[in-house]
Amino acid sequence: MSGSVEVQRRFDLAGMGEEATRRRRRGGEEDDEEEEDEDERGMEAWERAYADERSWEDLQEDESGLLRPIDTKTLVHAQYRRRLLQKSAASAASRIQKGLIRYLYLVVDLSRAASETDYRPSRMVAVAKCAEAFIREFFDQNPLSHIGLVTIKDGVAHRLTDIGGSPESQIKALMGKLECSGDASLQNALELIHGYLSQIPSYGHREVLILYSARNTCDPGDIMETIKNCKNAKIRCSVIGLSAEIFICKHLCEETGGSYTVALDESHFKELLLEHAPPPPAIAEYAAANLIKMGFPQRGAEGVIAICSCHKDVKIGGGYTCPRCKARVCELPAECRICGLTLVSSPHLARSYHHLFPVTPFNEVSSVVPFKLSQKLAQTCYGCQQSLLSHGSKPAPHVSCPKCNQRFCLDCDIYIHESLHNCPGCESHRSSTT
Amino acid sequence: MNAASAPSKLYSDDVSLIVVLLDANPFFWASSAAAAGDSASSHHPTTTLPFSKLLNHVIPLLNSLLLLNQLNQVVLVATGVNSCGYIYDSGDGGGGSGCGSVPAICSEILRRLEEFVVKDRLQGKGPDKVVATGVSSLLSGSLSLALGFSDPELDIHSLGQILCLQGSPDGPEQYVAVMNAIFSAQRSMIPIDSCVMGVQHSAFLQQASYITGGVYLKPQQLDGLFQYLSAVFATDLQSRNFLQLPKPAGVDFRASCFCHKKTIDMGYVCSVCLSIFCKHHKKCSTCGSDFSQGPTDANASTDRKRKTSEVQP
Ligand SMILES: [Zn+2]
Ligand SMILES: [Zn+2]
Ligand SMILES: [Zn+2]
Ligand SMILES: [Zn+2]
Ligand SMILES: [Zn+2]
Repeated sequence: MSGSVEVQRRFDLAGMGEEATRRRRRGGEEDDEEEEDEDERGMEAWERAYADERSWEDLQEDESGLLRPIDTKTLVHAQYRRRLLQKSAASAASRIQKGLIRYLYLVVDLSRAASETDYRPSRMVAVAKCAEAFIREFFDQNPLSHIGLVTIKDGVAHRLTDIGGSPESQIKALMGKLECSGDASLQNALELIHGYLSQIPSYGHREVLILYSARNTCDPGDIMETIKNCKNAKIRCSVIGLSAEIFICKHLCEETGGSYTVALDESHFKELLLEHAPPPPAIAEYAAANLIKMGFPQRGAEGVIAICSCHKDVKIGGGYTCPRCKARVCELPAECRICGLTLVSSPHLARSYHHLFPVTPFNEVSSVVPFKLSQKLAQTCYGCQQSLLSHGSKPAPHVSCPKCNQRFCLDCDIYIHESLHNCPGCESHRSSTT
Repeated sequence: MNAASAPSKLYSDDVSLIVVLLDANPFFWASSAAAAGDSASSHHPTTTLPFSKLLNHVIPLLNSLLLLNQLNQVVLVATGVNSCGYIYDSGDGGGGSGCGSVPAICSEILRRLEEFVVKDRLQGKGPDKVVATGVSSLLSGSLSLALGFSDPELDIHSLGQILCLQGSPDGPEQYVAVMNAIFSAQRSMIPIDSCVMGVQHSAFLQQASYITGGVYLKPQQLDGLFQYLSAVFATDLQSRNFLQLPKPAGVDFRASCFCHKKTIDMGYVCSVCLSIFCKHHKKCSTCGSDFSQGPTDANASTDRKRKTSEVQP
């Protein structure tokens, strides 16, 4: 038995694609690396076909040493349950405390170093492409947050866009400004952003994320002083480097509580960047909790003509009406130009509510329930109405909701907890809805 | 960053799985029937109709959906006041002997509906009685059932579609559950169509149809309901690309407050967990955050300064 496991492991190493190699490299097992690469190059075409398909992975040894196909469904379900239980334990321990209102300046280095072509077609273009994905993901995960763009080139920092809540205008501004020249100045960028971020309301989380291509910084004064200022202003600075680890970046991130990472290649860079999209754990002292007055405007009918207050222009259809002063705005979230009320789209807030009211994990129903008993209970899944009896009359593994006692098949269990976030059984009985 | 319009799938064929959610709330239909009786004498077009007449429109719709494509599957779910339940599934085969005759299906549906309504009423008289205000029906329950049934993982050959025939007003206490169901439908790219027969528009269904890319319709005259149903909702998703379907007449984005389950268009939002409250509280009841300072308008301090430049050239 142990022999076959060993064989499988060796095949694994040989068949590992680029991605897996990279993952290992990050894991720190650098000594394995060369050997692997050699292995892969030395493979014959017929060997590679087997290595790619990895058909042996579909087999599993049972207690008596016989090979059997893996029951993937139960396996997937077991993995999912472990995740679910971990999650519910974690959320029970600490009540939801996440800094959901973030004010983030994204700094794009457009110095000479950004024209290098180790990323295809150039660092600058690769960074812009990933930044676009990041901005969309950021707004999806942080519905009430704001992003602003700053570029560094020719030794100066330049604010490309005002901090705001609309992904489209940010992306458009970034794509229109892709030229690089001169040196990078970390200090100028930080000074500029420090000025802007000190104006934002106290409940917001101030963050800077720097995508740094250069290997040096060309500053007018003492950058240590600037870093101290950022620290005092509670601005969390993170850097993703594209070339090599630089001391000053590391120092900046350590001082301000951010994270410093260096990308190996484009896909790694994207991975690192997207890690910044989910809200970081809120640190109580960083932002005071607050109640913010907000309006939930109605969307106007299609084809209705109205003058919007944001562009002061005639617009046909769409648009939202401020519930307090009835002024018309084109996009949400926004701030009413007339009365100053923060206008948000309520579905945007509602997207995160399943974190607040998660569905309780279902209990596994053991399949060894006495036959008489199991026959009395429902034999179809309450979600999909499929039969829970697999072969003959032996019930397949299934789960039941501890609140409404309805039974569900494993597919529905995953669907309910990962996508629907409602228990169909609990929801369809008035007494148990809250 | 609007939450709108689900991306459209590319359809290889036009086989559909249609789940019809029928509002079977006796409180609503009783009042509707009474109003219909009153207005019968006047010459105004009918804006209400009794439940029995509604079925005269709905059952032909189910039959025509089945006739459009022999592979279509129709499921009828009743939305009651205290419970929700499956009434009819054309894919079941066993009961109606596959291509069961139309009258047989019809009587089968009527029989099961009757059973459902009786059972639904009995549940209300259980240990916890429904308060007189409980006139909303359990839309969150039937939506969850419908989505569980049309989970794309289960059947990749047919495309899910949900049609809500709703009369009762929204139940604000179901806000979070209904929104969860809507987002799940959006992720699975299942459009939620809604036909509202009540007096008021339904904010839930307006949002549901808007977010999932379905059609929202509140017919002017209910005596021609079948015309509306067959012309608008019987079309499969592929054909919709070529049709001029009713445009939404505005979307009501009001939310429900977590403290009193009231529908509000302005309120206070907790900056930590985004819970919505209708008035200022000292402490967030959801996440426990302490709001020591007074109420604030977000950005009130900064907005005057940054009005000027949108994007620098
Ligand atoms: Zn206003
Ligand atoms: Zn199921
Ligand atoms: Zn339940
Ligand atoms: Zn309230
Ligand atoms: Zn809260």
